[in-house]
Amino acid sequence: MSMHIGTGIHAADATAGDASVDRTSIYVYEAPLRVWHWVNALTLTVLAVTGYLIASPLPSVPGEASESFVMGTVRFIHFAAGYVLAVGWLGRIYWAFVGNHHARQLFTFPFWRRSYWRGVIWEANWYAFRRAEPKKYVGHNPLAQFVMFWVFMLGMVFMIATGFALYAEGEGTDSLLYALFGWVFAVFPNSQSVHTWHHLGMWALVIYSMTHIYAVVREDILSRQSMISTMISGERMFKDNRDD
Amino acid sequence: MASRTETFYDVMRRQGISRRSFLKFCGLTSAALGLGPAWAPKVAEALETQPRIPVIWLHGLECTCCTESFIRSAHPLVKDVVLSMISLDYDDTIMAAAGHQAEAILDEVRETHRGEYILAVEGNPPLKDGGVYCLPGGRPFKDTLTTMAADAKAVIAWGSCASWGCVQAAHPNPTQATPVHEVVTGTPVIKVPGCPPIAEVMTGVLSYMVTFGTLPELDRHGRPKMFYSQRIHDKCYRRPHFDAGQFVERWDDEGARKGYCLYKMGCKGPTTYNACSTVRWNDGVSFPIQSGHGCLGCSEKDFWDKGPFYERLTTLDPLFVEADADTVGGTAALVAGGAIAAHAGVSIARRTAQRRNGNGTGNGTGTGTGKGQGPGHSDTGDSATRG
Repeated sequence: MSMHIGTGIHAADATAGDASVDRTSIYVYEAPLRVWHWVNALTLTVLAVTGYLIASPLPSVPGEASESFVMGTVRFIHFAAGYVLAVGWLGRIYWAFVGNHHARQLFTFPFWRRSYWRGVIWEANWYAFRRAEPKKYVGHNPLAQFVMFWVFMLGMVFMIATGFALYAEGEGTDSLLYALFGWVFAVFPNSQSVHTWHHLGMWALVIYSMTHIYAVVREDILSRQSMISTMISGERMFKDNRDD
Repeated sequence: MASRTETFYDVMRRQGISRRSFLKFCGLTSAALGLGPAWAPKVAEALETQPRIPVIWLHGLECTCCTESFIRSAHPLVKDVVLSMISLDYDDTIMAAAGHQAEAILDEVRETHRGEYILAVEGNPPLKDGGVYCLPGGRPFKDTLTTMAADAKAVIAWGSCASWGCVQAAHPNPTQATPVHEVVTGTPVIKVPGCPPIAEVMTGVLSYMVTFGTLPELDRHGRPKMFYSQRIHDKCYRRPHFDAGQFVERWDDEGARKGYCLYKMGCKGPTTYNACSTVRWNDGVSFPIQSGHGCLGCSEKDFWDKGPFYERLTTLDPLFVEADADTVGGTAALVAGGAIAAHAGVSIARRTAQRRNGNGTGNGTGTGTGKGQGPGHSDTGDSATRG
């Protein structure tokens, strides 16, 4: 394999112990998808914090009611972030149609493909320390796709539906939002149940985010491809050129 | 039984109500129904020309609080007139007649007013063991209910028992108490939930049906929109304290004395559709929140199982006994965090061990260095052949 280092590299920084390999790089995540990812991460954080504060409000403020708008502000931020999240989600769905095929992976689940399930088991074994090395993947690995689809994607749909249903209650039962999301109350006739499940959904996404961040850091270090920088530059870099 | 041609107006005049009082009532009724002053003459015309609607009032598994509320309909004129507006032909709890002759009225009304009478149901039928847990007149209530509902013009489900099941249907619902709309098929059911419903809401619904001869506009759950389209919270006079972030934190604190929002004390106003904060109770004197106590959400489905009444977050019984979303979610997050930390620890330890075994010379070659070091497995062939 030939080396293409290029000129102008700071050769003085390289020591004898450094190994140099030819890297393969594939452009995976296009710009709109990357922007969506980070906007979504930010709004999810804002939504989780403000959502928690709606369920368990801050200590009472003194003075006239007309002088403060603490709960109102927390709720406004929650609703505004909710709109950003939902619009971003619509954009994400649009991008699944017009973007490259990696943009569709989040919304598809190859339930009937046998090789997919073998891949899930393979990756699970890698996480259970029963494999010394994972395989290389351009998109999500099979285990990641499992969690992305069943927890993140469906979780987002659930949170957007229940969230806008609750918001529609304030808008009024004759509002457009209620016409769009009022069906949630056919599933949960008591609005209190929608609050409870929406709250549980928050915890599910919090646990998802913890796992997600741990997995990308770990994969970035231990796997055979880049992870974190891929969601910044869009380039998936492979650390070796061996076959799987 | 009342004459079929007698109108409401006739009845009122017979009871000594002046025409002036009658017109005042019509004005009040149209205002209460949200129709505006232009409708008052139409209400009057309807009451002068429409024959009285026969009403059968059945009692199933219930506590009679709906009747107690109804007979206290606050405005005296409303009370007097509404009891005359309808021809209440049967109500086993408050009528003087008893025995077989009283029961015979049911069949008689069903025969003579087929498709015309309104069936008002207080309480619900328990279905378990053939319905033996509620036997008014020696007959399973579910049989009486389905028979009478089949020939009724409409069924009014009074209160939370008839609308949702209420306390007798609370988990584990030992008698399989079932709300009316799940038993009655083919006849429209109007839900007027509440434990009990507000008296003026009950009379208002009846007034509407008598006046217009049609059912009021209903929401998704079959409740009249005019009384159940907004939450207590939407019209609560303590709402400014909620938006400001001023809450009662304890029952004996300064906030309680100042009338702050009861949200943190478990008030279910934000999730309860009812007219309490506008119509109020006892001739508009007060309602629970005004008296310093949170709303229990008594007009909502399964409100007994959405407790505690004094906590904001609902417990997830019977899924997780006595645990709310934060307890369950927080515990799960803690477990996940612990698992992640442990997994990270093992990952680091193994990586370090691999390095120490002489394979960790180059960062560039990444992790393709630890072949054969995994405990007790064979990865030969398997990883190389599939790609």
